[in-house]
Amino acid sequence: MTAAIKTLDELLTSPTETNRSLSTEEYFLNMGPQHPIAHGSLKLVLLMDGETVRKVIPVPGFVHRGIEKMCEHLGYRQIIHLTDRMDYLSALMNNWAVSKTVEKAAGIETNGRIETIRTIMAELQRLQSHVLWWGVLGMDLGAFTAFMYAFRDREIIGEIFEETIGARLTMNYIQPGGLMYDILPDFVSKVKKLIAYLKPIIEEYDTLLSGNVITQERLRNIGILKAEKAIGLGCTGPVLRGSGIPYDLRKLEPYGAYDKVDFDVVIGTKGDCWDRYYVRIEEMRQSLKIIEQLIDNIPEGPHSVAKINYKIVLPEGTYYGQIETARGVLGVFIVSDGKNETPYRMHFRSPSFNNLWTVTQIVPGWRIADLIAIQSSLDLVIPDIDR
Amino acid sequence: MDRENLEKSVITLEPKAHSRGKADRAAVEVPAENLQNLMRQLSQNDRFSFDMLLDHTAIDRIGEGKFELVYNLYSTEHAHYLMVSCLIDRGKPIVPTVSSIWPIAHWQEREVFDLFGVLYDGHTDLRRIFLDDDWKGYPLRKDYSDPDMLEFEK
Repeated sequence: MTAAIKTLDELLTSPTETNRSLSTEEYFLNMGPQHPIAHGSLKLVLLMDGETVRKVIPVPGFVHRGIEKMCEHLGYRQIIHLTDRMDYLSALMNNWAVSKTVEKAAGIETNGRIETIRTIMAELQRLQSHVLWWGVLGMDLGAFTAFMYAFRDREIIGEIFEETIGARLTMNYIQPGGLMYDILPDFVSKVKKLIAYLKPIIEEYDTLLSGNVITQERLRNIGILKAEKAIGLGCTGPVLRGSGIPYDLRKLEPYGAYDKVDFDVVIGTKGDCWDRYYVRIEEMRQSLKIIEQLIDNIPEGPHSVAKINYKIVLPEGTYYGQIETARGVLGVFIVSDGKNETPYRMHFRSPSFNNLWTVTQIVPGWRIADLIAIQSSLDLVIPDIDR
Repeated sequence: MDRENLEKSVITLEPKAHSRGKADRAAVEVPAENLQNLMRQLSQNDRFSFDMLLDHTAIDRIGEGKFELVYNLYSTEHAHYLMVSCLIDRGKPIVPTVSSIWPIAHWQEREVFDLFGVLYDGHTDLRRIFLDDDWKGYPLRKDYSDPDMLEFEK
């Protein structure tokens, strides 16, 4: 068996095979690492033919921090504090993914209160993430109003987080064995007020941007991702659901309090940018519905079932746990040697890493302006790709 | 299929495979030369139809002088999971690629190559993915050291 190692330079300097007599000369265009639509540091090298994209070469790694290597030196409760730096818009769900895997491996049983609060927090986070995505998509398409609206409303959800957790963005709240702090007495009334405020706001979003003729023209029938292709490309979350596959871990393998609530899994029909857009709009409504059902029924009990200074040593073996974040399936793979408090190996299957590569498959043939819409509809978080 | 049945049927499919154990789900181990054949059957056989490669990574078993390659498969049709693992020699880390079966393997394998230095036979674009092309060494190997690396106190 042999394998040839390549470099990016070789790829960019090797002659391309095209020789179309009437076409313009093809050239490479560096999009990024600093580009407004990347929302972070992601470089896309585009092979262009006039304004048409022929080939996309994503070059990630500008925010690679070696989180997996760091995890090999930290205990499981310390690892929680690294996870929120991966997908910072799903920080609490990242916390939960590690906690869920560790709890299952160590056999820690939590109570109803913990699971209900975790579910409410995760759904608030999903709402916040989708609200931000909606505003940013508007901005990418040239509608700056959407961006201002989204930031106004995102702030209101952020205030609830700040009061409960103490942070606005990189939140650490869910840990193996429970929650770090209990909710405040006025948490319930504040969340209820938020729901009452957000319900008409989501409808406003819908009328403001969805019905707009420019948005429709820019999103409909653009960047079609067929279901079969999406599965082969490892897509999850709204990207896969937009292609018509009802794959949602909240429904398929319910965790937390998701088996106690009634909600729908939203799917698209075609797999174009519009489907991915509308799946997220509808998911915001479903999130509100889930929170509404749970907020009045938080059971009594302690907020943590573990002692303050406990050690977690997992039995020897491999463990794989996953959770549905705002972007898709976050998988946590832990290898324990059964002796140490630290994992022997820890790996994160991040949703953005797997969703990113769709751009190489669906963008070629479209104009550069469509690339903006397609990338925006994928909703990538760059630190989640690089880890 | 439940865990035991799934493992048994995979082993009848590929006699060289055996149950891996020490995992929280159905897990089989297969020699590197039979890996591609087994994976192709797992994805095409209607009883399994593993159409999604959820995750691919490696574990550095430095004590045994091996790399363990781990493939987490999922079937959207039957909703079952399977972990396939493959032990290869640490001195000569090369395995056949599965990117012809699941396109996402193309990039997941590049990540493992970047961080572990595992080579994939038949991979069309084996490049580093996160680190620079001229980076020396493979950071997730247990014996990797870097002058700038912070040593943790035990």
